[in-house]
Amino acid sequence: MSEATASISAFTSTQVEDHAHEDHKMGFFTRWFMSTNHKDIGTLYLIFAIVAGIIGGAISGVMRLELAEPGIQYLPWLSSVLHGTDPQDLSQGQHMWNVLITAHGLIMVFFMVMPAMIGGFGNWFIPLMIGAPDMAFPRMNNVSFWLLVPSFFLLLGSAFVPGGSGYGAGTGWTVYAPLSTSGSPGPSVDMAIFALHLAGASSILGAINFITTIFNMRAPGMTLHKMPLFVWSVLVTAFLLLLALPVLAAAITMLLTDRNFGTAFFDAAGGGDPVLYQHLFWFFGHPEVYIMILPGFGMVSQIISTFSKKPIFGYLGMAYAMVAIGAVGFIVWAHHMFTVGMEVNTKMYFTAATMVIAVPTGIKIFSWIATMWGGSLSFKTPMMWSLGFIFMFTVGGVTGVLLANGGIDNYMHDTYYVVAHFHYVLSLGAVFSLFAGFTYWFAKMSGRHLSETLGQIHFWLFFIGVNVVFFPQHFLGLQGMPRRYPDYPDAFAYWNHVSSIGYLIMAASMVVFFANVAYAFIAGRKAEDNYWGEGATTLEWTLSSPPPFHQFETLPVIK
Amino acid sequence: MNKIKSALLAIGLAVAVAAPALSQPATVSAAPTAAPAVAAPIPAAPITPAAPITSTTPTAKADAVKPAETTIGTSHSVAGMGQPVDALIGIQPQVTKLGQQALWMHNSILMPVMVGISVFVLGLMLFVGFRFRAKANPVPSKTTHNTFIEVVWTLIPVLILVVIAVPSIQLLAAQYKPAPANAITLKAIGNQWFWTHEYPDYGLEVTTNMLSAADAKKRGEPRMLAVDNRIVLPVNTPIRLLTTANDVIHAWAIPAFWIKMDAIPGRINETSFTVEKTGVYYGQCSELCGIKHSAMPIGIEIVSKADFEKWIVAKGGKLPASKGAAAAASLPVSAPVPAAALVPVLTNSAAPAAAPKG
Repeated sequence: MSEATASISAFTSTQVEDHAHEDHKMGFFTRWFMSTNHKDIGTLYLIFAIVAGIIGGAISGVMRLELAEPGIQYLPWLSSVLHGTDPQDLSQGQHMWNVLITAHGLIMVFFMVMPAMIGGFGNWFIPLMIGAPDMAFPRMNNVSFWLLVPSFFLLLGSAFVPGGSGYGAGTGWTVYAPLSTSGSPGPSVDMAIFALHLAGASSILGAINFITTIFNMRAPGMTLHKMPLFVWSVLVTAFLLLLALPVLAAAITMLLTDRNFGTAFFDAAGGGDPVLYQHLFWFFGHPEVYIMILPGFGMVSQIISTFSKKPIFGYLGMAYAMVAIGAVGFIVWAHHMFTVGMEVNTKMYFTAATMVIAVPTGIKIFSWIATMWGGSLSFKTPMMWSLGFIFMFTVGGVTGVLLANGGIDNYMHDTYYVVAHFHYVLSLGAVFSLFAGFTYWFAKMSGRHLSETLGQIHFWLFFIGVNVVFFPQHFLGLQGMPRRYPDYPDAFAYWNHVSSIGYLIMAASMVVFFANVAYAFIAGRKAEDNYWGEGATTLEWTLSSPPPFHQFETLPVIK
Repeated sequence: MNKIKSALLAIGLAVAVAAPALSQPATVSAAPTAAPAVAAPIPAAPITPAAPITSTTPTAKADAVKPAETTIGTSHSVAGMGQPVDALIGIQPQVTKLGQQALWMHNSILMPVMVGISVFVLGLMLFVGFRFRAKANPVPSKTTHNTFIEVVWTLIPVLILVVIAVPSIQLLAAQYKPAPANAITLKAIGNQWFWTHEYPDYGLEVTTNMLSAADAKKRGEPRMLAVDNRIVLPVNTPIRLLTTANDVIHAWAIPAFWIKMDAIPGRINETSFTVEKTGVYYGQCSELCGIKHSAMPIGIEIVSKADFEKWIVAKGGKLPASKGAAAAASLPVSAPVPAAALVPVLTNSAAPAAAPKG
C-alpha cells in the first residue's frame, strides 16, 4: 500500500472536468430512485442506516427503560398503545418484550450495521479507493438498495399483525424452531422471514457486485497487494456474504414451509430436528458477526494510518489476518449452541477452533498499535473512535475467548455475560468503527466539515455511556441473569439500574451527534481535497470534496 | 475499567473461597406445604424412561393416592447461596465438584489472562499515544515491517491459548463423564411455561410453577425464583439429569451447579451432577420459549439421603427394594452423552420417535 500511495500525485489534478451539466439533467426522482451512481447509492444506504439505527436505538431505549426497575411497568401500556390490547394484560406486555428484542436485533444487524458498512461506506469508497469510475453492475447496485427498503417495511409491518401470543414476531433474532414454527402461528413471523429473504437477496447481489468490482475494475497498477486494507476487508466480507447468506435463506425457507406447507424439517414429531435449524442458522450467523466487524477493521486501519502519518504496519499480515478470520469464521458456528447437548468431541473441537480466531485478531490489534509506534499522532475525532474501537474490541475479544471454552460457557450461555460480550464487539466495536468512518469521510462525502469540538464531545459521552450500559451486564451474567427477560429477580436490580443510566448518557451523546451533522450542513467549513494532510494517502483524497459525479474517467496509474 | 476488572477478579476469588452457611432443611419449616396434588405415583412397577407417561398436568392425577404432608421441600432459602445477590460482582458459589473446577478455571486462568491482555493493550495504547503524539514526535518513522515482532505476536497468543486449552479440555472431559450406575435419575421436561420433573426410579412426578410475587413474599423467598413445588434431591449423590421438552425449546439451568442443558422437543439430553451442600438452589429457564420465558424458574432443595427418602414416600413415590433395583430401573450407563439415541422420544403427539442421532 505504501508503494501504491507514493505515486498518486501524478494524476491529482485530472479530475476537474465539468460534469455538472450532466447532473442537472436529472430530476430528483431520477437521481435518487433510479440511481446507478455508486456515491448516490452509498448516500442512500447511509441515510437508510441512520434511520434504521434511530428506530433500533429507540427500541433499546424502551428495553432499558423497562429493565431499569424490577417488575413489568411499561410493556402492557406500550402494547395497548400500539395494538389496542388491554393495558392490564401482562402477557401482552411479555409478548411485546419478545417483539422488541427481536426487532432490535434484526434491525441493528440487517438494517443498520450491514447497510452502513457495506452498502454505505463500501459503495462510496471501494470504487474511489481502487481507482474505478463506478461499481461493476450499477443497476444491480440500485436493486440491492431498493430490495432493502421493502424488506425493512416488511419487518416493521410484522410488528402490527398477529404473531401467535400477541402482535408481532416474538422469536428472537435467531428465529429458533419450534418457537418460530408451531410456537408462533399468525402471519407475523412469515413477514419477518420474507423481510430476511429480501435483505439476504439484497446482500448477495451487493456481494457479487463488490467481488466483481474489486477483481475487475482496479486501476492499472493497483494489484491485490497494493489495495487499501478497507478494500481488502470489503472483499473478504463480500465472500462471507456470498457463502453464508444462501444458508440462511435455505434455513428460513424451511421454516416457512414448516409453518405453512406441512413439512417437518425442524419438527421432531415428523422426523425433523429443531437442532438442525440452529446448525443452519449459526453456519450463517457466525460469519455474519465477521461480516459486521471486518469492514470496521478496514476503516480503522485506514484511519490509524492516516493519523499516525505512517503506512500500516505489517500490511500483508493485516490483509491475510482478515482472510484467515473469514475462513476460520465458517468452522466455529456451534459455539453458539454449546448447550444443545452435543457430543464431547464436537464440543472440544468447536472450543479449540473458536480460540484459534484470537490469533489473527491479535495480529490485527498489535499491528494497529505498531502502526502508531513511531508515528506522529494527532487525536482528531476519527482517531479517537478508532482508538476506542481497538480497546473496546479487545475487551469484547477476551470475553469471547472465555466464552469459547465450552465448559465455561455452560454457565455463561444465554446470560447477560453473552449480551455484554457481543455488544462490546458490536455496539462498541462495529458502531465505533462506523462513527470513525463517518467522521473520517463525512467532509469527503458532503464537502463540509463536522465540528471537531462537537465530535470530541460526542465521542467521550458515547464512550462513557455505552461502557456504563454494557460493562455491568458482565456482572449480571456472572450472577446468572438470563437473556431476553422483561422481568428479573430483585437481586439483579442494581446493575440493571446502572445499565439503564448508561443508556441516558449514550442517548445524550447521540443528540450531540445529530447536532454536529446539522451544524456541518448549515455552517460547516468547506472541505479541501485532502483535509487530513500527508497521512491520508489513498485515492479518494486525490479527488475534490465532494468528488465529481463521475470520477476516474481517465484511469489513474499506480506505480 | 481495569480497576473494575481487578476488583471483579478479587471479589470473584473471595466468593469462591468463602464457605457459605448451610441451611437445615429438615427442621426449618415456617411455610405451609404446597398443594399436595402434584405428586402422583406412576403405576408401572419397573419404571424406565420408556414407560408410557400419558399426562404431565397435575389435574389428571386428582384420583391419585393422597400423599402424606411433609415439611421437606419447603425450607427457607439462604441469601447468597443458590441465588443471585444484588450489586455483587462474581460468580455464584459453586456446590458441585465440576462447578468448583470450572470456577477455578474462570478465576485462576481466564480472568488473569483477560485482565492481563486488556491492561497490556490499554497500557501500550496509552504509552504510544503519549510518546508518539505529534508534538513529541513531529517526524514519523517509515517502518512498516519487522518480521521478528510479527512472529512474536503470533506465537505468544498461540502459547496463551494452549495454556487455556489444556484445563478447558480437561473440564469438558470431566463434565461429560457419565453418571455411575447407582445415580438417581431426574428428568426435567420443559413446557410453556412450567417444568415437569419426573423421578423414574421412584415413580414420582412433580410439576413446578412459579409463585406469584405475593406468595413468594409470604414464604420468604425471592420473587421470580420461588416455585410452588420444589424438587428435592439427596446430597452427595450422583444425579443423572435428563432434559426434554413438550412444545418449544427450553433450557434447564442451575447456576450454583454450573449446569445448563437445553430441553429440546424430540430429543433427550443427559448430563450429571453431584451436589455437596444441602440447601435451596434456584435456576431460570435459559432459552427463549415465548411470553412467559422469564416466569418458569426451577427450585431445588438438596437434603440428606434419609430426608430425601422420607420426602419420596410422603409425596407418594415408591422406594425401590434395593439399590440394584434402582440401578436396573435407570438408564444403561454406557450411554455416551447425550443419550438421545437410547431413549424414545417424548412429545405431545403420538408420532414415532425421531431418528436416533449420533
